[in-house]
Amino acid sequence: MAGDAKSFPLPSSVRKVPGTERAQEALPYYTQFTPEDDDRFWFYNSMHFPEPMHHFDLVTAEAAYCALGAFNTRVHVLPTTKGIDHRVINGRVYIGGVPVTDPNEIAMRQEKFQARAFYYYENWEELYAQWKDKMKALIADAQALPRPVLPEWEPIKTTHTGKGVASNHALLDIYRKQLEGYFRMWHHHFEFLLLGYGAYLTFFDFCKRAFPEISDQAISRMVAGMEAEIFKPDEEVKRLARRAVELGVDQHFHDDMVIEDVLGTLDQLGENGREWLSELEVSRNPWFNVNVGDGFYHYHRSWNDDLSMPFAALPGYIEKVRAGETIERPMDRLVEERDQLVADYRELLDNDEDKATYDQLIHLAHRVFPYVEGHKFYCEHWYTNLFFNKIREFGALLAEHGFFEQEEDVFHLTHYELESAIIDLMLAWSSGSEPLGPKRWPAIVQDRKQAIDLWARNTVPPALGMVPDVIDDPAIVMLWGITRDNLDSWLDTGEQNQKELKGFAACSGIVEGTARVVRSVKEIGRLEQGDILVCQVTNPTWAPIFQKISAAVSDIGGSMSHMAIVAREYDLPAVVGTGSATSRIQDGQRIRVDGGRGLVTILDEEELLENA
Amino acid sequence: MPDLIDRPVAWFADIGLADRPAVGGKGGSLGELTQAGIPVPPGFVVTTHGFELFLEAMEHHRPVRGLVADLAPDDLDTIRSVSQELRHRVEQEPLPATVRKAVEEAYARLGSGDEAVAVRSSATTEDADDASFAGLQDTFLWVMNTEEMFARLRECWGSLYSVESIAYRRKHSLPEDNVAMAVVVQQMVDARSAGVMFTRSPTSGDKSVITIEGAWGLGSSVVSGEVTPDRWVIGKITGDIATRDISDKHAMQIQAEGGGIREVELEAKQRTTPCLNDEELLALRDIGRRVERHYGKPQDIEWAISQSGQILLLQSRPETVWAMRDATKPVKPPESNPLKHVMTIFGGTQ
Repeated sequence: MAGDAKSFPLPSSVRKVPGTERAQEALPYYTQFTPEDDDRFWFYNSMHFPEPMHHFDLVTAEAAYCALGAFNTRVHVLPTTKGIDHRVINGRVYIGGVPVTDPNEIAMRQEKFQARAFYYYENWEELYAQWKDKMKALIADAQALPRPVLPEWEPIKTTHTGKGVASNHALLDIYRKQLEGYFRMWHHHFEFLLLGYGAYLTFFDFCKRAFPEISDQAISRMVAGMEAEIFKPDEEVKRLARRAVELGVDQHFHDDMVIEDVLGTLDQLGENGREWLSELEVSRNPWFNVNVGDGFYHYHRSWNDDLSMPFAALPGYIEKVRAGETIERPMDRLVEERDQLVADYRELLDNDEDKATYDQLIHLAHRVFPYVEGHKFYCEHWYTNLFFNKIREFGALLAEHGFFEQEEDVFHLTHYELESAIIDLMLAWSSGSEPLGPKRWPAIVQDRKQAIDLWARNTVPPALGMVPDVIDDPAIVMLWGITRDNLDSWLDTGEQNQKELKGFAACSGIVEGTARVVRSVKEIGRLEQGDILVCQVTNPTWAPIFQKISAAVSDIGGSMSHMAIVAREYDLPAVVGTGSATSRIQDGQRIRVDGGRGLVTILDEEELLENA
Repeated sequence: MPDLIDRPVAWFADIGLADRPAVGGKGGSLGELTQAGIPVPPGFVVTTHGFELFLEAMEHHRPVRGLVADLAPDDLDTIRSVSQELRHRVEQEPLPATVRKAVEEAYARLGSGDEAVAVRSSATTEDADDASFAGLQDTFLWVMNTEEMFARLRECWGSLYSVESIAYRRKHSLPEDNVAMAVVVQQMVDARSAGVMFTRSPTSGDKSVITIEGAWGLGSSVVSGEVTPDRWVIGKITGDIATRDISDKHAMQIQAEGGGIREVELEAKQRTTPCLNDEELLALRDIGRRVERHYGKPQDIEWAISQSGQILLLQSRPETVWAMRDATKPVKPPESNPLKHVMTIFGGTQ
């Protein structure tokens, strides 16, 4: 391999996992690799799509890339980059950038960019306020969509109002509106994102030049927003803990509680119990519309769908409230610490010119950052939950008519296939005969379930195709943290230390402890005080259990990921984006987490005995 | 402290950097630190006035300065024989009573009876680099009694007349009248670990990090490069420990029986154990920041931690390498329209 060190496998050389050919074939033609793709560079988007994709969930990739590219290529007109192409093989999403290299084209785009992007920067606050209104309206539209149902007889109201449209049409109408809303949401998502990251990275770049050894974490801390939505869900859990104590209903919350029973008990308890339940409703809407993943998989359910996450945190918080501790975020102190940090670094600069530049850059970064931190709550959490739950309703309807066994099976269909199944059902309801779907879909769903299993056991190359000499595509550097250095280290995997995992240094501190590999929220009950959480994605919604663990390790996420931001606030040593922690670390193993260096070490048996 | 001119001995607590002509660079710096409230092993300086009194006694018999001043810079043979003669005379010449008495009293005040001390030359030249060129950087550790202390004091004085030192002065035509040497005498730290600390990165010049290097035992093993030290990089402002390079420290230097130092091989386990814990690293960082603030510029510092865990500084001098390289050119000048800065990231032109 030595002579061929600068190339990853070509896309055309990647074998489809045997037994998954039909599942692969069913994906949209525009996501299939073509022979021409061998000439380009692709990398596996493990940051957003770390697990094999269900056919339906791939809608997220296409909706997101429709929007990302539109804003980069044609709305803001980023000078040196256009959008992102994506291809799917063996259940994994590979992406490739479209850089602009012709100097004339760059010059032309620079001019347009300044006219457009600067308008956004200049009017950031108003546009962002407007953005929130847009998002809330979009969310309200989705919430207003009725549950799809097919009555045996059309309601008499249709006749009396002369509506002239029958119920089966509503299925298509709801489905298309929901799908349209999801694509639209992604446009909103990218309206500000790249500009926000860009302004942040400009400050980041300056800091790295002025302070060559500054940690990414220190820069993040200087920029971190204070009012960000990502902290709200956890703050609501704290509020509920305090209210429980104030209302004298706190004794009903303990580690082994059955949530349904607790809710029932409180309802029977009289005024104070019901008062707490109404507080719970206040918190749930909207703040429990956060999902326990990063919002890209249908099975990352929200707190509202499954209350185990917030309830797991309640006993701990209640304990602290009883002990008289302040559990709420000390906003004043956090603001003061951030401002002190900004001032201390400023003082180290050599001259007034640099100080002036620093002031300009931090000012802009502080202005744009609320969007960077806040948008996810509205987009990847709130809206995405509504979206997947609406699809689930179609799943339930189709399952009811025998298309497949369970509502969750719907996610094994692509969004085109789902529309075809819906139309099949509409036709059958219309004609009074049986739909054809029940003969077709169960076998396909079976085949795709098997494909997901096979894909999950298959490891894929981190990248495909020729390595470019430089990666200066700002979108790729910003969103995926991919640099030429990364790629070289990916090519270097031969000498990898089996006991060591490298990731992004999210929050410094060294901790040794017992690894608890948690694959879903259902398992959080297994976490004991002082355990090290090892999971695929950690995001702000996991914050409530940060009080219990001593460190956190995740498969995905960058140093600017939300997990990293929250970990820093909790001062919880954390390494994110290790790629393979949940598969390489075994539950119960002793591990060492070095959050300052982004290093996780599996401590083997000998070492344990020696230390004992 | 103008009256230092008249005293053969000065205590750290009474002196500062401004007294360099009388107490030398090292002495002035230790005094400055002491006055700033930074923990330093207590001690005193035998001042240049003390040296002048001694030199006067020597000159009383035969010239010293004139002898050196007449030497031709490239006549190494003569330099060598003059050097030999003068160093012999420095060893033999009886100490003037005032000097002897002052030093004896100071030594007695330093501890009970025979206090173990370090005796270190403290050159008055402006630039520490000159001093090392000129071979004026003697340090004697674990000096165990009065007589030995006096012997080491003479050795420090005598280093002014080493071949390198004389040749250096002649080559640069430095006037011999200004040549004097102060000598530091301070309590010996029984170091568990010791090393150096840079309040500005020696590798990148970054002022936002503190680099600490250390090894087991006395700092001499680190300074001389005999042991590869552990190395940490700590955020000066954040306190984050970003780099931890724990090396294989094969040996350490400790007190030899009867005085001086000796090297001992370390066992496997201690070799790869960090010589500082996180608490000590952060305490050192705090001290480093205080010293830097006190001087108003980055410092290179020598430190030791005693067996009982006390952190002490043995030396602090301004960082010179990066200070010289500091370009007047800013990292990035401000823009009339601050938004233009984002073109660094988006523009494709730097």
